[in-house]
Amino acid sequence: MYNYTDFDADFVRTRTAQFAAQVARRIDGSLTEDEFRPLRLMNGVYLQLHAYMLRVAIPYGSINPQQMRTLAQIADTYDKGYGHFTTRQNIQFNWPKLVDIPAILSDLADVGMHAIQTSGNTIRNVTADHFAGAAADEIEDPRPIAELLRQWSTDHPEFQFLPRKFKIAITGSSTDRAVTRAHDIGLRMVRNDAGEPGFEVIVGGGLGRTPLVGTTVRDFLPKADLLPYVEAVLSVYNMLGRRDNKYKARIKITLHETGKEELSRLIEERFDELRPLFGGNDQALLDQITAAFSTPELRQADTSAYAAFYKADPLFRSWADTNLAAHKHPDYRIVTISLKAHGATPGDATSAQMRLIADLAERFGHSEIRISHEQNVILPHVHLSDLPALHAALRGSGLETANVGLISDIIACPGMDYCALATARSIPVAQQIATRFDALKLEHDIGPLKIKISGCINACGHHHVGHIGILGLDRAGVENYQITLGGDGSETAVIGERAGPGFAYDEIVPAIERIIAAYLEQRQSPAETFLQAYRRLGLAPFKAALYPDEGKRDAA
Amino acid sequence: MSRAFTPKVITANDLLIGDVIYLTADDQWSRDHAAAELIEDEAHAQLRLLDAQRTKNAVGAYLADAKRGAHGPEPVHFREAFRTRGPSNYAHGKQVERAHV
Ligand code: HEM
Ligand code: SF4
Repeated sequence: MYNYTDFDADFVRTRTAQFAAQVARRIDGSLTEDEFRPLRLMNGVYLQLHAYMLRVAIPYGSINPQQMRTLAQIADTYDKGYGHFTTRQNIQFNWPKLVDIPAILSDLADVGMHAIQTSGNTIRNVTADHFAGAAADEIEDPRPIAELLRQWSTDHPEFQFLPRKFKIAITGSSTDRAVTRAHDIGLRMVRNDAGEPGFEVIVGGGLGRTPLVGTTVRDFLPKADLLPYVEAVLSVYNMLGRRDNKYKARIKITLHETGKEELSRLIEERFDELRPLFGGNDQALLDQITAAFSTPELRQADTSAYAAFYKADPLFRSWADTNLAAHKHPDYRIVTISLKAHGATPGDATSAQMRLIADLAERFGHSEIRISHEQNVILPHVHLSDLPALHAALRGSGLETANVGLISDIIACPGMDYCALATARSIPVAQQIATRFDALKLEHDIGPLKIKISGCINACGHHHVGHIGILGLDRAGVENYQITLGGDGSETAVIGERAGPGFAYDEIVPAIERIIAAYLEQRQSPAETFLQAYRRLGLAPFKAALYPDEGKRDAA
Repeated sequence: MSRAFTPKVITANDLLIGDVIYLTADDQWSRDHAAAELIEDEAHAQLRLLDAQRTKNAVGAYLADAKRGAHGPEPVHFREAFRTRGPSNYAHGKQVERAHV
């Protein structure tokens, strides 16, 4: 596990002390809300519908057991005993009191955590593949680069007042588990013809009101050139990005307005200026960082218990079939712990669950924990022989659901249950879909399917890249849900297609059921996934299932 | 003809804990929507909003549509109705805390 340097620790302490003074001045009235808002946002403090919210960064999704226990303690002491893990590998506390926030930040600083740059027009928390450092298909662990980017971007004077927020995602595998194509900069590790690792650099992806899949500006960037290149992109964006219109300020619009060729030319030109200035310092630092991310010493042990349990225990088998992924070591597995128990709030974990995860990571997982953008928790290194005991320990905790990648493994933003920007609720829609398909006992038969729900056009729930996307809107004072189909957030990213008119709150679950019924009826075999079937069939059969009355009208 | 003015209440969030609050006719902030002043005149609404925005312990005061009910003003829009209760996924917020205030 990477430990932050003294420089980082001092910086976080200073920031926390400054913020404590700012809160005191706000409460005694010396600061107005207009003066205070940018200060609180710089420290991850939002004001939502019912209370303040504190957003804490989990850089590239890596967190250790001690940090997890601190989150549990904060949830118990200052909040309502739970936290919400988000699609951006952050955790949000929904009920902190303003006066308590400096104390929370101080508790976080004790374990090297903070809320800096989780908000505002800065470079946000860099997100990474949650299987980083463990995946069988990985070229290299992307987290050293993510950490290098974190150090470089934190408090970078040139990039504190960008035209708009800036999000970077990185993956070390050709399989894209980090949605790199929907970020301002996406970095996807590839090898060149000589077999050397480098990055495909994707710029200008993003969801929100103008959803766009990013454009590749470099097919292969040597690893050593990464930091000057990213700085060149930021530098060009900082100059060209529109500050006159918030809705046109993201780099995706800059790309669109400037054109790919011209933007690439400007980036390359700036890159040529910047590269010599780095003088190898970034590489020396990267070497130091890389050493701290080494794989833990993996065990050699007999694996026969796994096979025996797999054969004998159907609950274990079902869990193993959905929640395990291939590890680079054949005797290990990557475990995804589902935060999507049927009917629970996607991404929420109670303090007791956080403590259990911390304990299990220590007992079975070399003390490593990851948070995924799909709002689940990962134990990246678990030996096959430990899996039965791990599963047994999860049972009864609400963390044992065997549904990773299935219809009830839904991403949902907080929506109108918490978020002040929301136009409709998203959490109860997720709860109802999960409960319904669990009752139908269909989800394992349906197979891989990603449903993603956002409570407004900002698309924090990634609905555009859901195989089924749901967007909650306010239509004349009533909640209304728009469905998109065929979206994909992987290396074959696609923005979903709008299916047609929206559905009322009590019509949305039946609408999803009709889509699924159409898929089950039309798929060539159970091996053909929903997304594959959609790609083969197109929108028409699903549209017919969604709007049966329209077909009748046409026929009449 | 100009559109008729729909009645309003003034609402904000409490500075210290963020809870939803409503401006009463006697210039207090109440946690209870029904205790709010129902404002039926547009000019008066603008004046009252300025008053509200000057108070120290309220953040983000704005006018929200409301209607007369049996026990006082009631929300019109679902967003405002949620704000009188709290989230729908847990029994947190006003729906359980109202008893204590
Ligand atoms: C108080 C709560 C939140 C507020 C005020 C908020 C606000 C916003 C806004 C305004 C945008 C659009 C930015 C733009 O297009 O320039 C956005 C985008 C985004 N938010 Fe949130 N958000 C909140 C909570 C969350 C949560 C809980 C998550 C994760 C579940 C999240 C993840 C994202 C993501 C992934 C995007 C990127 C979409 C894009 O590419 O533009 N946000 N958010
Ligand atoms: S998508 Fe909209 S409703 Fe959902 S968290 Fe983002 S801003 Fe809030």
